[in-house]
Amino acid sequence: MAAYRCECVGLLLFMLCTSFTVHIDADVHDYTTQVTDTESDVADAESVLVPDPPPAPLGTGGKQSPQEEVVVEAEVVEAEDGPWEATEVRGEVDDVGDDGDANDHRVVDGPSSTDDFKEELVIRPLSSGDIYASFQFRTVWDTDLTGDQKVSHYRLFPKSLGQVITKFSVRELHISFTQGYWRTMQWGQPYQPSPPGAELWVWFQDTVTDVDGTWKELTNVLSGIFCASLNFIDSTNTVQPSASFKPLGVGNVTDHRFLRYATLPREIVCTENLTPWKKLLPCGSKAGLSVLLKSEKLFHSTFHSQAVHVRPVCQDPQCRTTSLELRQTLNVVFDLHTSGQGKREWSLFKMFSRTLTEACPLASSSKVYIDMTDNPQGEQFELSPATPLLSQAVVLGDRRTYSVYDLTQQGTFGSTRSLNMLLRWKSAEGNMLRPLLHSERYVAGYGLQTGEIHTLMYNNHPYRAFPVLLLSTVPWYLRLYIHTLTVTSKGKDNKPSYIHYQPSKDRERPHLLEMLLQLPPNSVTEVTVEFERALLKWTEYTPDPNHGFYVGSSVISALVPSVVAMDTDSSPERPLFSSFFPCKEEASYFTRLYTEPLLVNLPTPDFSMPYNVICLTCTVVAVGYGSLYNLLTRTFQVEEPSPGLAKRIANVIRRMRGVAPL
Amino acid sequence: MGLLSDPNRRRALIGMLTRLNAPICVVCYMAGVAWFMGLAFEPFTLRTYMSENAMGSTMVEEHFPAGERALDTGREFAAHKKKAGGMPVDWLVRTMQSRGLEVFTQRFSRKLPFPDENKERYMVKGTNVYGILRAPRAPRTEALVLSAPCSPGNDNNQAVGLLLGLAQYFRSQIYWAKDIIFLVNEHDLIGMQAWLEGYHHTNTTGMDWSPLQGRGGSIQAALCLELSSDVVTSLDLVLEGLNGQLPNLDLVNLFYAFCQKIGVLCTIQGKLPRNDWDTPWGYSHAAKTMLMMVLKQASGRPWGDHGLFLRYHIEAASIKGINSFRPYKTDATTVGRLMEGMYRKLNNLLERLHQSYFFYLMPSLSRFVSIGYYMPAFGLLAVILLLRPSSPGVLSILTPLVISHLTGVALYTLPILSQEIAVEHFPVSETEAVVLTAIAIYTAGLALPHNTHRLLSGEGTEQGWKVLKLVAVLYLAVLLGCTALINFSLGFILALTLVPLAAFITPHVHRTLAAFVMVVLSPGFTLLFAVYFFQDLQETPVSVQEGWMLFLSVISQGILDHALYGSLVYPLVALLVYPCWLLFWNILFWK
Repeated sequence: MAAYRCECVGLLLFMLCTSFTVHIDADVHDYTTQVTDTESDVADAESVLVPDPPPAPLGTGGKQSPQEEVVVEAEVVEAEDGPWEATEVRGEVDDVGDDGDANDHRVVDGPSSTDDFKEELVIRPLSSGDIYASFQFRTVWDTDLTGDQKVSHYRLFPKSLGQVITKFSVRELHISFTQGYWRTMQWGQPYQPSPPGAELWVWFQDTVTDVDGTWKELTNVLSGIFCASLNFIDSTNTVQPSASFKPLGVGNVTDHRFLRYATLPREIVCTENLTPWKKLLPCGSKAGLSVLLKSEKLFHSTFHSQAVHVRPVCQDPQCRTTSLELRQTLNVVFDLHTSGQGKREWSLFKMFSRTLTEACPLASSSKVYIDMTDNPQGEQFELSPATPLLSQAVVLGDRRTYSVYDLTQQGTFGSTRSLNMLLRWKSAEGNMLRPLLHSERYVAGYGLQTGEIHTLMYNNHPYRAFPVLLLSTVPWYLRLYIHTLTVTSKGKDNKPSYIHYQPSKDRERPHLLEMLLQLPPNSVTEVTVEFERALLKWTEYTPDPNHGFYVGSSVISALVPSVVAMDTDSSPERPLFSSFFPCKEEASYFTRLYTEPLLVNLPTPDFSMPYNVICLTCTVVAVGYGSLYNLLTRTFQVEEPSPGLAKRIANVIRRMRGVAPL
Repeated sequence: MGLLSDPNRRRALIGMLTRLNAPICVVCYMAGVAWFMGLAFEPFTLRTYMSENAMGSTMVEEHFPAGERALDTGREFAAHKKKAGGMPVDWLVRTMQSRGLEVFTQRFSRKLPFPDENKERYMVKGTNVYGILRAPRAPRTEALVLSAPCSPGNDNNQAVGLLLGLAQYFRSQIYWAKDIIFLVNEHDLIGMQAWLEGYHHTNTTGMDWSPLQGRGGSIQAALCLELSSDVVTSLDLVLEGLNGQLPNLDLVNLFYAFCQKIGVLCTIQGKLPRNDWDTPWGYSHAAKTMLMMVLKQASGRPWGDHGLFLRYHIEAASIKGINSFRPYKTDATTVGRLMEGMYRKLNNLLERLHQSYFFYLMPSLSRFVSIGYYMPAFGLLAVILLLRPSSPGVLSILTPLVISHLTGVALYTLPILSQEIAVEHFPVSETEAVVLTAIAIYTAGLALPHNTHRLLSGEGTEQGWKVLKLVAVLYLAVLLGCTALINFSLGFILALTLVPLAAFITPHVHRTLAAFVMVVLSPGFTLLFAVYFFQDLQETPVSVQEGWMLFLSVISQGILDHALYGSLVYPLVALLVYPCWLLFWNILFWK
C-alpha cells in the first residue's frame, strides 16, 4: 500500500511539473512554510490581476515541501497550455520574516478578495472519563474559484486544493479519514460525524458534462494530495444518493446527477495522511492550535478522524455573493484506561504532549472551548486555570455552556507564557448514555451461502417521532434479495414513505438503497434484508481473502427533535463547531449517524488449490490420454489359428504362381 | 490402462478378484485396522508446526501481573454467586463496568424435551453477562471471545476471577486491533447456545432468548476457560466440538507453543506426553490418547463450551485447569500470562485461522495425523463394500427398504413423543421412559422386518436377496463415505463394525451364530462397547452394572444434544445407520 501511495504522489507531481513552467531558486528550501508563503503572496498582491500572465517563476514554494524536493530534481520543464495554468502564482519572494512579523503583514489585502482564518479547539469531557477534543480550522475566501475569471493568487487558502476545485469544477467537496468507530452510546453525538475509513462526497458544478470521468480524475488527484488510497474508488463503490447528501453550502442544485458518494471502509489512517492535511493549514504545524497535532499522541487514541470540507457560503446575510469556505476538522478521543497513569485527570500536555504558547498569527480568532455544561457547580471536575469567560451555544439540540480561552489575548497564557489546562475528575465513572438516536448493524446467520443484514435504529425520545433517511450501499458481491426487505417498529410493519433502490450490476456498480422512515417514539426500528454471497472469479479475491470483505457503513441522516430552540440565523459570531450543518428550523436539528461497517466472509477457494489442480490434471491427462490414444491407434484383430503345414506349402506355391492364397 | 483395454488381462483381473474375493476382503480389513493402529506410532506422524505467519514470527511479551488479585475477584464472585443462588448478574455488570467494558446481558429460557437427570435440569432459565473491550481505533468489525462458565457449586470461580483480571489488564493496553468479548455464560452449553444464536440472530433449536444489544463484528477465535483451583498442575486442551468438528490445528499449535514458552505442563485428553515412543508402553500411551480422541469425536457432542462456536466457523477450544497430586504447581499469574500471550497473537491475525489443518487426529499434543494419513485406513475398509456386490437382478426390494426406514423414523420420533404414555403406565421417570422406549423400538425392529417382509412380498427368491444385498452394500458405502468425510472417527468406528457383517452376510450362513454376531456388531452394541472402552481409556473402569447405567445416560444425552444444540449423531444413527443394518438383518432371514 505504501509503495502504491508513493506512486500516486509521484504521478501527481509529474502532472504538476509538466504543466508548469518552473524556475527554481537555489534557496527554495527556505520558503517551505505556509507563513512565509503568505508573505510573499502579500508582497505580490498588486500584480495578481494581470490578465494573462506569462510563465513566471514559482519561487514561492508550494504547499507541500516533499513536492518541492522533487521539483528541484525535475529542473525546468517547459509548460504546456494545461488547465493548471489558470492558478499560477506570479512573483518572487523577496522577504522572509519570522512568525512575529507575519502578524503585521496580515492587514494588507488584495483589492478583490479577502480571506479570513479562524481556529478553534473544543474539549468535551465525556462521562466515561474519556476526553474528546475537536479542532476546527476555517478559511473563508471571498472569491469564486469556478467563475470565468482566473484566480491565480492565493493567500491563506491552500493552493493545491484551490487548483483541484478549479480544474474539476467542484462545487462542494467533503472528505474524511477516520480510524475507529464513534461510540454514540458512551460519547454522545460528535460535532462532525464520519464513518470508519475514508469517505468522499462531491457535488460538481452543473457545467460539468462528463461527471464520471471528472470524478475518476478527481479521486486520483485527491489520492495524491492526501496520500490515501482514494484511487480505489471506482464505479463499483460509487453511488449517487438521491436524498441523503444534499449540499451543505448555498446553492440550489439538487440534481443528484452531479453528486458522487463513495466510502472506503478498509482505509487505514495514519501519519502519512495527517502530514498533508496539516500542510493545508496556513500556519502548518508551526504555531497556534496546530502545534498540538503531533502524530505520536493523536494516534495513541481511541478515535481519530480528520476531514476537509469545502463549500460555498454566503458572504453577507443577504447572500448576494458567495465565498468559498474551507473547514478542516480533526476529532480525537483519548481513553482514560490506556493513558497509563491511572489518575483521573486530563491536561493539554497529557493529551498532546505539548502546551499552547500562542495563537496562529494569521488567525483572526483563536479560541479554546471547554464544555462545562455537565459541571455547573464544579462537582464533576475542576478546571484550572479557571477562566472568567463563559459562552453559550446551541449545539446538537442542546444549550451548552463553555469556558473560553482566547489565545489572541496575552493574558490567557499567564506568567508561564504557556497554557496547559488541567481537568481533574472528582466523581466516579458514569453510565452509558441514552442518546436520542443511535444505531447498530450486523450480519446474521451462519454458513457461506446466505446471510441477513440487520440495521437497528433506536429512537429514545419519549414522545416524539422523527424522520430519518437511511442510505445503505452494499457491494455487488452480496446479492441482496430485495423482496425480503422488511422494516418493523414495535413489532409492526413500518412502511417507508420513500424508497429509492438501484440494483447492482456485477462488477460494475453496487446496490444503493435509500429509505425515508418515520421512527416512532421510544422504539427500535429494524431493517432486515437477506443476501446471497457471490462466488468471485479467482483473480478478484484480495490478497487476504480469508480476512473477509467490507461493506461500508450505512448512513442515517436524521432531523432529531431539539431540546431547545435552535439558532436558525448563521451569524458569524457563533463558534465554528455549532455552525457546521445548516439549520432551517428551530424545533429540530440535523445530524448524521454512521453505522458499523460489516466484515463478511465470502466462499473462498483454497488458494493452494492451483497446485493440486495442476498435479491432478497432469496425472489425469497423462493416464486418460495415454489409454485413449492406445485404444484409438491399436488395431484389434482376431488371431487365426496357424494353418497346417500342407496349407502353408500350398500357399507358398500359389504365391509364386500369382494366385490368391487359400 | 493397458491393463483395462486388453480384454484378456481384464478378464484375468476380474477373475482374480472374484476368485480371491473373500481373502482380499479379509486382507483389506486387517490392513485397514493395522493402518489405523499404526497412526499412533510416532515415526509415522508429523510434528505440529505453526502455519499461520501472523502468529508465528511475531514475538509478543507477556506481562500479566495480577493473578492473586484475580483469585480474590474469583472468591468475591463465589460469595455473590452463593448469595444470589445462581448468576450474580448485578455484581458482574458492575464489576465489568468498573473495568471499563461495555456490558450487556442476555436472558434466555429453554424447556428440555425431557428432564436431564445428569445435570438435574428441565426448565432452564438464565442470564449471560458479557462485556466488550472496544479496541482503540478499530471499527468493530472483528472480535475475539474469552468465556468462562458460571457453574453451580464451587466450580470455575477461579476461571471467572481470571477472566475479570484479564479484562482489567487488557483494558489498559493500547495494542488491541480486535474487540475482545468477555463472556460469563450460565448453564454451560445451553447459555452458550443462547448467546451464539443471539449474536448471529439465528434460531436453530427453538430456544427463547432476548436479543443482544452490543456486538463486535465477526468473531475470529474463542477460548473457553475452566479453572476450579487456585493453582494448577497442568492445563488440558479440549478440541472436540459439535458433530465432531475440530478447530484449526493452528489454535492447538498456539496453545502448545505458549505452554512450551512459559513452561506450563500441557496435556490433551488429560494424558501427559511421553518421549519413549520406541517402547511398547510409549506406543500404547499414544494409541490410547488417539483412541480417546476418536471416541470423543465420534460421539459428536461438544466436549466443552467451545464446541458450539465451531458451527459458526469460529475457531475455538476449551482450556481446563487440572490440579492433581503432582508437586510442581502453576499459579494463576502464569495461567494469565499464557492467556495474554495467546490473545496477543490472535490479535495479530490478519485473516481467520485457515492455514493449517481442520481434519486431524492427535496422538499427543506435539504430534498430529492429517487427513491424508488416516483416510487410507478408512478407504481400505470401504473398498470391501465395493468388492462384495453380487450380480444384480430385477425383483422389487422396495418393501424391506421402506419398512426398515419406517422403523428408523419410529426410533427417531417415538421416544420423545411417547414419554408421557410410558410414564403413566410404567413406574419410571421421564428420562428412563425415553431411553427405554428407544431401546424397545430398537429391539422390536429386530423382529419386525423379516416377518413383515414375508407377509408382504411372499416368498423371497435367490435373486431377491442378492439385489437387496447389492443395494444395502452400496447404501452403506455411500453412508460411511460421507460420514467419514465430515467426522472421520464416527465413520471409522461404524465401518469397523458394519463392514464385516455387510461383507459376509447371506441367507445361507449358520443362522443362529450369524444372528448373534450381527446383534453384537449392531450400532447399539457398538455404543455400549464404546462406553466401556472409553471408561477404560480414561483409567476409570466401571462394572457391568455401572456401564449399563452409563449407556442409558449416554443415549439420553445423545437425544438431548440433538434437541438442544442440533447434534446430528442421533438422527444419523436412527434414520440411516440403523435402517441400513436392518437391511442386512433382512438378508440373513431371507426365506
